[in-house]
Amino acid sequence: MTITRRDALAIGFGGLAAATLPMPAFAATVEELIAEFSGGAEIGSGGLTLTAPEIAENGNTVPIGVDAPGAVSIMILATGNPTPPVATFNFGPAAGSQAASTRIRLAKTQDVVALAKMADGSVVQATSTVKVTIGGCGG
Amino acid sequence: MISRRDFLQATVAASALWGASGVGNWGRLAAQQALTQDKLLEFEDYGNVTLIHITDIHAQMKPIWFREPEINLGVGEVNGLPPHVTGADFLKLFNIETGSPHAYALTYPDFEGLAKGYGRMGGLDRCATVIKAIRAARPDALLLDGGDTWQGSLTAERTKGQDMVNVMNALKPDAMTSHWEFTLGIDRVTEIVEGLDFPFLGANIFDAEWDEPAYEPYKMFEVGGAQVAVIGQAFPYLPIANPKWMFPNLSFGVREERMAEVVQEVRDAGADLVVVLSHNGFDVDRKMAGNVEGIDVILTGHTHDALPEPVMVGQTLMIASGSNGKFISRVDLDVQNGQMLGFRHKLIPIFSDVIEPDAEVAGLIDAEREPFKAELEEVLGTTDSLLYRRGNFNGTWDDLICNALIDEHQADIALSPGFRWGPSLLPGDSITREDLHNATAMSYPAAYRSEMTGGTLHTILEDVADNLFNPDPYYQQGGDMVRVGGMGYHIDVSKPQGSRITNMTMLKTGEAVDPAKTYVVAGWASVNEGTEGPAIWDLVEGWIKKQGTVTVDPNTSVQVTGA
Repeated sequence: MTITRRDALAIGFGGLAAATLPMPAFAATVEELIAEFSGGAEIGSGGLTLTAPEIAENGNTVPIGVDAPGAVSIMILATGNPTPPVATFNFGPAAGSQAASTRIRLAKTQDVVALAKMADGSVVQATSTVKVTIGGCGG
Repeated sequence: MISRRDFLQATVAASALWGASGVGNWGRLAAQQALTQDKLLEFEDYGNVTLIHITDIHAQMKPIWFREPEINLGVGEVNGLPPHVTGADFLKLFNIETGSPHAYALTYPDFEGLAKGYGRMGGLDRCATVIKAIRAARPDALLLDGGDTWQGSLTAERTKGQDMVNVMNALKPDAMTSHWEFTLGIDRVTEIVEGLDFPFLGANIFDAEWDEPAYEPYKMFEVGGAQVAVIGQAFPYLPIANPKWMFPNLSFGVREERMAEVVQEVRDAGADLVVVLSHNGFDVDRKMAGNVEGIDVILTGHTHDALPEPVMVGQTLMIASGSNGKFISRVDLDVQNGQMLGFRHKLIPIFSDVIEPDAEVAGLIDAEREPFKAELEEVLGTTDSLLYRRGNFNGTWDDLICNALIDEHQADIALSPGFRWGPSLLPGDSITREDLHNATAMSYPAAYRSEMTGGTLHTILEDVADNLFNPDPYYQQGGDMVRVGGMGYHIDVSKPQGSRITNMTMLKTGEAVDPAKTYVVAGWASVNEGTEGPAIWDLVEGWIKKQGTVTVDPNTSVQVTGA
């Protein structure tokens, strides 16, 4: 049997199910969303890499990456957006890696927060400030 | 004890000790020397690797006046550290005698008087002489160009950078990186890069759609038996600070993780020495040097700083070589078995009356200028005032431009971008068309006239101020503060964004700027596509011709605190 590149990709992504959340009409606060995700577990740090530009080149499409080896779930929040939830990635046991990247819209300069839930139920957080500027004057 | 002559030499371990305090006795011997070409070039070869660094030439092929900044504030951790030291403090820090050639080259006090004594600086034909002399001693020395090379003059603007490409090719660089190059437009950049005999490096330039590297990240050279990796780092904020519609498919950014990966990659490939040829700007490079392991030397650019001694960050050597062809840095390194054991450094000031022009390159420069000669030399008027741009807030060149914008566009307020490029003129100098273009030549020159509310103006000033005074260098996006005509303000640089700018006042009436009221605003160099208006150089030329003699009054309209 030969495995084509397309097949390999399909296999690789088989373990990853991404759900972009069209949030319900009630706007949960960032604190509430974090509490719900962590289920009350104490929030630590380390083991989760959040990659984001320091300054957005285009606030309408900002590339964000998360990587947390061993995670079962990673949530991304744009804390300064009218609707903070961006996405929650759930990783099944067959996932080759617990990493994902996406592009998000940021209304203004704000902190982007990622939370990763590990298999043992522990939760870690990473935060990155992304500046959305009107630009100009570079010299 | 560490031995020094008019250059610096030390083992890296020892440097880290005194490097933390910043400085040594660089100037004392230099000031006592007669100013001769031999003395300027004097350098006892050291180690096995030589690097030659030139950066931010801004298309200045001929010698120029260039007044170094009076105000160059550092915020947060870098407050008071080089390069955020100017004038008398700079002289004291580096032990340079007042009134000496190096005081003239490196600082602003008595600029007019010293300029008359020591003459113009720079000229790529003089740079060629220096480069050839270094290569005569060290045939495999690497010449590394930090970018901002193809923009900044009438001839570069008319030839879309070709004049600079031709002259630089004669200097035979080994690699370059970039910033303003991309304002020629991506198609033109591609056309030039395809014809270069040396790599156009940019580890942090990515395809915006696929997030894949778009340019060669590094090049490996064999120098003196050592493998030397030169990694390119382009200006990180091009799509924000300059018009991104000119290079729509490219993404930049500091990309610290990417730099760490590339450093690892070149180490794995056998690099004994890792050099980053950077257009990050000094403070961004200083932070990157502290965060990314394994960089031996950063040749820094963008912020136009000229430092007579390297700044050490841990074991990383930072070299700042000024702008406009005023300086060339020579760095000799002892590299053995993957380790930098020591260095010797000299910032060579290019005194144009002292260093003999290289005949071949001088001929090439003349040939590039010949088709434009009459245009370049036409006298538009005379200046009664010292005209300069560099500095965090208003410079007199921009005051002149703002005055012209207000008069010609019948505006209440004028905005001029905080570019760092643009040479100076002395009181009594003629203003030629070439001089005006040296302060304005670029590819999005439309001088617009629009309406803005006082609230919008405040937002703009706050945004630009944060791009300069954010305490985290990675959030500093670009140039100096936008220059303002017709309006004064107070700025507390220590405050966060949104609360730095207060007391916005109309200068003509003394009235406070009303956030709800609409004002007529004129400006130039908008990054927005489709901006309409005459080219700024045409608008200012018409205004200067009407004035005949231009006088720029002292400007005290910006009150600065918190520094």
